[in-house]
Amino acid sequence: MECVIVKNITKVYGKEKKTAVDNVSFSVNKGELFGLIGPDGAGKTSIFRILTTVLLPDGGEASIDGLDVVKNFKEIRSTIGYMPGKFSLYQDLTIEENLNFFATLFGTTIQENYDLIKDIYIQIEPFKDRRAGKLSGGMKQKLALCCALIHKPNVLFLDEPTTGVDPVSRKEFWEMLKRLKKQNITIIVSTPYMDEANLCDRIALIQDGKILQMDTPQNIIKSYPDPLFAVKANNMHKLLPFLTEYPERKGSYAFGEYAHFSFNGNPDVAALEKYLKAKGLDNIEIKNADVTIEDSFIKLLS
Amino acid sequence: MKQFFTFINKEFLHVLRDRKTLLILFGMPVVQILIFGFALTNEVKNSKIVVVDYAKDVASKEIINKIEASRYFEIDQMLPGTNELEKAFETGKIKMAIVFPENFNSNLLHQNKAQIQIIADASDPNQATTLTNYASSIIADYQSEMNQLNLAPYRIQPQIKMLYNPQLKGAPNFVPGVMALILMLICVMMTAISIVKEKEMGTMEILLVSPFKPILVILSKAVPYLILSTINVASILLLSFFVLQLPIKGNLFLLFSESILFIITCLTLGIFISVKTDSMQTAMLLSLMGMLLPTLLFSGFMFPVENMPIPLQIFSNIVPAKWYYIIVKRIMIEGLGFASVWKETLILIGTTIFLLFISLKSFKIRMS
Repeated sequence: MECVIVKNITKVYGKEKKTAVDNVSFSVNKGELFGLIGPDGAGKTSIFRILTTVLLPDGGEASIDGLDVVKNFKEIRSTIGYMPGKFSLYQDLTIEENLNFFATLFGTTIQENYDLIKDIYIQIEPFKDRRAGKLSGGMKQKLALCCALIHKPNVLFLDEPTTGVDPVSRKEFWEMLKRLKKQNITIIVSTPYMDEANLCDRIALIQDGKILQMDTPQNIIKSYPDPLFAVKANNMHKLLPFLTEYPERKGSYAFGEYAHFSFNGNPDVAALEKYLKAKGLDNIEIKNADVTIEDSFIKLLS
Repeated sequence: MKQFFTFINKEFLHVLRDRKTLLILFGMPVVQILIFGFALTNEVKNSKIVVVDYAKDVASKEIINKIEASRYFEIDQMLPGTNELEKAFETGKIKMAIVFPENFNSNLLHQNKAQIQIIADASDPNQATTLTNYASSIIADYQSEMNQLNLAPYRIQPQIKMLYNPQLKGAPNFVPGVMALILMLICVMMTAISIVKEKEMGTMEILLVSPFKPILVILSKAVPYLILSTINVASILLLSFFVLQLPIKGNLFLLFSESILFIITCLTLGIFISVKTDSMQTAMLLSLMGMLLPTLLFSGFMFPVENMPIPLQIFSNIVPAKWYYIIVKRIMIEGLGFASVWKETLILIGTTIFLLFISLKSFKIRMS
């Protein structure tokens, strides 16, 4: 069953008519974990703000549980949970005070929905008398998530919840999202981190306000057209320009400690190795690489 | 309703946890009253003068004694002749000189006419005028005493009476001014900043995505500052009563009610600014330049509005502090009742309703 429906949403900012969201359409099913993946400035936050009713779209329409985001904004505001990209809690209030405040704001209490936040809250509860401004990045995000969840929303909007958070906390955070999904809460999350895309049920790759591709992460990876190779050599700085100059090249870019490379036409690994050796590189290693979402994204951008 | 109280409670926590601001909020009225009361005063006290007495007779001695006895003057030295006067003035300490000519007393008795020369340092014209006025009135005083003894016929004697403030103290003028100033500063600036802070910190975005009514967000912001400012009014009144010995002539309850009305006017002004601005800096500048300066200039507290050009006089009417200043002066200093301030009260109520209406109309329930 479709829970969030977005149809041809467009948003244009300012006098220069900068298009932040360009004719975007997608839908999210009930209980689904949907990811908007894209770099900074791709239009993710604008889409979130339109769906959470704090921004009016310039074109198109969107609805949540059948409620229109423009006409029925009042009803929507009490049924969704929203965690903005910027940490937006009261820094001079303690963890407990913040949580209490947001619970009361939505006409509920911490006790009433404690089950929902228990797993998360238990981790920050030892510091409940500490002011939010003095928490670490990971703890802040956990608190913000608790505050967004405390009223048991039908749909949860998380705008870049893991930006600026350490890898361990990021991992924990995604595990929490998986557990929430089991409670049948629809979650829409945005992130600039490609490795997090695999953890979503479905993702939309977005760039310059347009959705480039939308599918399950597995299908997106499967749809990658070419065999992909990982190349490594003793001098990585020189390797990249040499790869770019290679006549049979289709694509090449740095990827962790390797460079990813795809051939134009049939892959001829031996020829590539010979070419690189002739350029004076040593310790050359060429192997098949697993396609990741990031590769798909780079492919779509080129 | 419970949400509203939780919100107010949250606002109190914000105010109470910001210790430095809190100190300023409560310290400012005290400091201002003390500064205006003791340091920045345009009253003339113990001005140093020199006297050249060529006469050295009964009349000149008596006038000198009278002058010395007044709290306005302090005789620095007696000079032998007028030649030394210039030197005395050049030191900068001496503000005025009095010269009695020879045969002062006999001239006075036999010709019914004698002259005294008063020379004042007019580099500060206001002070010079005040000093010469004081000196003239002391001399006139002596003259009238003499006239009672040997009646000279046909004299017109003006009887000057300083109403409400017979000793010409500065406090009756500045205490109402400081009250207007402080309330303006705290209510307008603090409310504006605290609302804009929510916008700048991003918390407004979350508040918008909640069932809580935006209007209540704004109203609950105003409550702590209403209470805080009422405490400040009380502390100013206590200070002026006990430290500056300025009695409250009128009805205390009326004075407090009018003060609370003015506080609410200021709060709506603050709300109005916060609705129209997006950054704390703009809000602060607007409330300082746009509110504080007009309060200082146009309330009549520092410069009399009556002496300004007509356009500025008309402009002064839209400064709420002007009306509050008039109200406080009438109640506190002149001891008048509601009958004499109802017009000003109505103006303040009107301003408040107008500002509140515009602010609520233009409050954005979305981001732009």
